[in-house]
Parts: sequence; C-alpha cells; structure tokens
Amino acid sequence: MTKLVPNLTAHWDETDSYTIAGYQRHGGYSAVKKSFELGPDAVIAEVKESGLRGRGGAGFPTGMKWGFVPQGDGKPHYLVVNADESEPGACKDIPLMMANPHSLVEGVIIAAYAIRANQAFIYIRGETPHPIRRVRQAVADAYAAKLLGKNILGSGFDLEVVVHSGAGAYICGEETALLDSLEGRRGQPRLKPPFPAVAGLYASPTVVNNVETIASVPAIINNGAAWYKSFGTEKSPGIKLFAVSGDVKRPGIFEAPLGITMRELIDYAGGMVSERPVKFFVPGGSSVPLLTPEHLDVPLTYEDMAAHGTMLGTGTPMVFDTSRSVTQAVVRWIEFYKHESCGKCTPCREGTYFMVDILKRLEKGKGQISDLDLLVDISAQISGRSFCALGDAAATPVPAALKYFREEFETKLVGVK
Amino acid sequence: MAITETTKSELRELISRYPEPRSALLPMLHLVQSVEGYVTQEGIDVCAQEVGLTTAEVSAVASFYTMFKRYPVGKHHVGVCVNSLCALKGGDSIWRRITNELGIGHDETSADGQITLERIECQAACTHAPVMTVNWEFMDDMDEAKAVTLISNLRSNKEVKSTRGPKVRTFKDVSRTIAGFDDGLVDEPGIDEAMLAGLKAAKQAGS
Repeated sequence: MTKLVPNLTAHWDETDSYTIAGYQRHGGYSAVKKSFELGPDAVIAEVKESGLRGRGGAGFPTGMKWGFVPQGDGKPHYLVVNADESEPGACKDIPLMMANPHSLVEGVIIAAYAIRANQAFIYIRGETPHPIRRVRQAVADAYAAKLLGKNILGSGFDLEVVVHSGAGAYICGEETALLDSLEGRRGQPRLKPPFPAVAGLYASPTVVNNVETIASVPAIINNGAAWYKSFGTEKSPGIKLFAVSGDVKRPGIFEAPLGITMRELIDYAGGMVSERPVKFFVPGGSSVPLLTPEHLDVPLTYEDMAAHGTMLGTGTPMVFDTSRSVTQAVVRWIEFYKHESCGKCTPCREGTYFMVDILKRLEKGKGQISDLDLLVDISAQISGRSFCALGDAAATPVPAALKYFREEFETKLVGVK
Repeated sequence: MAITETTKSELRELISRYPEPRSALLPMLHLVQSVEGYVTQEGIDVCAQEVGLTTAEVSAVASFYTMFKRYPVGKHHVGVCVNSLCALKGGDSIWRRITNELGIGHDETSADGQITLERIECQAACTHAPVMTVNWEFMDDMDEAKAVTLISNLRSNKEVKSTRGPKVRTFKDVSRTIAGFDDGLVDEPGIDEAMLAGLKAAKQAGS
C-alpha cells in the first residue's frame, strides 16, 4: 500500500495553519533565505532537477518553463499564479489557499526571484471569497514581515504582489486567456506562439504557474531535488494533492506520491458508499477521459494515465458507483463546456451546442442510432481544431464514455424501453 | 443609488494597485456591484472614465463574465451546483425543491427581493458535494431539507453561517470583499473534516 505523505497538508489540523505564525513555527519562509543564498540560476536548476511538473493539468516541467524566460532582455518580467480553479472535479487549490496560503506566498517569492520578476499576481477565482480573504491576509502579513516589498531580507530583491479576483469564467484557467483577463479584457485565449515566457502580460516575459506547483517549491528548495525525486516515478516525480470526490465514504484531500492507485485512494477514503462497486472514475477533472474498474490498479502518473488513453490532469478523481448514469454525467459536463466556451472559435462554440442538443435528445429517449456516431464525429471535429485546450477538453468525455458504455447510450434510443 | 466620490476614490485605489490601469477593471466592476447591487450603466460609465476606455469596451468586459450581473440582484445570491457530480449526488433534487419553494427559476429573484437564484457551475468543492453557495460563500454537503431551511432562514433574515467561512452577509457586502477590500473575517473557520481526511488517514497509518 502506497503511503500517504502529508507535506503541504502536514499542519492543516492546527487551528492557525493559515497564519504566518503557524507557517513559521514549522520552518516557513526559510526556503526564501536559502534561495537568496543559492542565487536565481541555482534555484531554477534545483527545480528542474526535482522534476516538478505543472499541477494545473498539463504537467509541463516547471523548471524548464522558468528557464524559457529570457534574461538580461531589459523588459519587466512577471509571475502570475493561476488560482482560477474551476475544472469540474478539481478541488485542491482552493483548500490549499484556505489552509496554507503562506506556502503559496513563499513559493511566489522564490519563483519570482528565480525568473527575475519584481511583480507577481495571484489570480484567484472570484467565486471564492474565503480563500481570497486568506491569501490577501497572507500577502499583507508577508509585507509586514518584510518578506515582500523592497530589498527583501537585505537581498536587494524587490517584489510586489497583487491578489486579483476573477469574475466567473472557466476559460481564464487557460493561461493566455488568464493574461487577457488580468489586463482587464474579455478572457479569450491568445494565439501561441509567442508563448507567455516571451510575450505574456503586457507583452513582457511572463510565467504562469498553478497554485499547487508554486506551493510545492519551498519544500523542494529546503529538502533538495533528491528528496523530492525519492517520491513518485522517474517521469512523474514527487508528491501531489489528490482530491477524491464522489461515491466514497470519506471524500477529501489526500497527499501522496505520484503512482498511488485509484484503488488505494478509495481505500484511504474509507471505501465506497453503500458498498456499491465503482462503475467509472475520472482521474483528473472532467477534461480527461474516464476510466473503469479495470483501471483501479493503474498508477496515477502522467505516463501511466497516457498509456491508458487518459491524463492525470489535475489529479482530482471523481468516483461514480454502479447506481450512477454515465449519460447523465456526460451531458452535464458538455453543458459546462458549452456554457464556458468563450465563443472565439467555431468548432468549440458550435460543437458544444450540437453535442448538448444531441445528448439531451438521447436523455429524452428520442435518440437515433446515428446520433452516437454523430457525437463521436463532432468530438473529432472539435478536438485539435479548436483555438485552445478548452475545445479539446470538451471533446474528451463523449468518446471515452461511448468506448466503455455504448450499451447504456443505446438504451436511450427511440423504441428502446 | 449613485456612485459617490468615496466609491470613485476606491476605484482609483484599485487602479493604483496595478502597473496598467485597465488591469483593475474586474475588481472595479465587483466594487460597482457592491455599491449598486449589480453592474449599472452608471457604474460602466464611471469605470470607463476612470480607466480611460469607451463604455462599449467596459460593457464588452462586463458581459463576458458570469459574476457580473446586468440586472438587480436580490439581497442574497443563492447558487446550486448542477455540474455532474453535485447534480447526481443531490444537486438536481435540491434545485427542483427550492425552485418550487420560491416559485422562481434560474437567474430570477423572489418577489420579496431576498433571493436571486442561479444554477452554478463547479465551485471547486467536489469533496463537499452537493454544494450550494450564498453570496459565493460555501454551503457544503447540502441536502433538500438543509436547502429548504437555508432558504427559509435567508428569507426571514435569520442568521446563516457558511460551512467554511463567515456568517452570511449580503451579496453587496461580499462583492466588496471580492473586489479586494478587507472585511476582517479572515479568521472565520475554513478547514473541515474533508480537508483533513488525508492527514488523518496518514496519521492513523503512522506515516
């Protein structure tokens, strides 16, 4: 049985875990000092060496992303934290900001120092007032402790941090849409290249990182890349927050090495409610294809998920038991993408509408057999032809659901039942 | 109601936080909602003046984001998550029940002006499904009975507390918090059993 490794969550059971006193009691902000001793290039090298990969869903190597920022270019650099957690199933960054916001602030200082940014933004989802309060207070307390502002700890490094609220648009989790939104525009994605590392916020070099990614940095600096790599696999090193939801007895946040299995996580979550077995689960938010009971022992790593036709995504599995309808789940996911499509490109804007119409027809028992092929065809037309990853995400639930549960869709056709 | 000089100076304070004025637009529109109860035409005009944009440009931004309302919102904004997981775990039945109780549907306000109802998308609280929100504060692990009590308490101005957050205030009050002005409520409890499930399991297993 893979052991849980509470790292970011280690002190959440202390009543002041979210305060600067609570954080510093356990060595909080010591990694800032250590980073200043190492120097920015050595910090980037350490994070590269740790193998830390982006925890927002794409899994891009973090140190490499930081390394893309051109140095000595005379332009201001920006660090932007993507705290716009809105993916159906994803519920790890919001709790992290509620319970341990200082790990994020400390990570921001180190990351900004590494990429030579003197201005950082934490773009938090607008619909989450309590995490906003906690992060705002954490930033204010860090300023008061001279950990932010001018000449931090006598290092000569200056950093200003702004906590920014979004206004309810899932698309702003896409990094270029987030940047447009942070510039006060409609949150629509930009054409890449240029990538944000070259031309991001205000057309300057910008790194956009997920909350959990940034919050993981202080422990890597303190304990070293070798420590971090001692967890997980070669291609998926380290520790991750797994938020397990759905038909388990004790849904919650479980921090474990990558490579833990769904069966183990369900075990830690107290097993299934009502002892009904798993029917399907979605390993990493609604944007990744679902899996079935035969995949319960597949390690939850980037590479193993890819080998089984899905993705680790945000690492926040939703578990559904045999009492649940896969078609009902799928129609709501597609309705979500339809609602959140920004309208910029045709395949995503129109395709999600077509799919919702067809899925609703099926739900009413009025579907034709050709509708099933049409759904697969529309998904294929959206995937890879949309402007950004939201379209690709919208195209994932249906083909996977049809692959494993075609009979269930067929019960929804005209004349059946 | 009108945008006063006090509000204008607060709008300018928001602008001063950013390297480029336009970046403050989303927080500014939240602040307009906190004063007016929704994004009024006057609010759009003032934001446009302060940032140096046309009203069309500000309207285009305001209409893009779901949280910005172009019509008056009730004293409380109540959300019911109807995304897949919440819907299947009871969100759909909660929605049916309270729309019946209130006699209103999505994006509608009760006749007494107390409640505006919205079918909302995933709130990043799936471990607490089914989820509702009151003025965007978490109301976790709901069921039909709890939802009915919640609605009745809100309508009769009884005290309601968020499961992970403070006592419920009003839509306007919380819009001000979201805009980026402190409200002194940061220490209200925000951690619960689900957030500690892994830590507890790890301690039990001795890891």
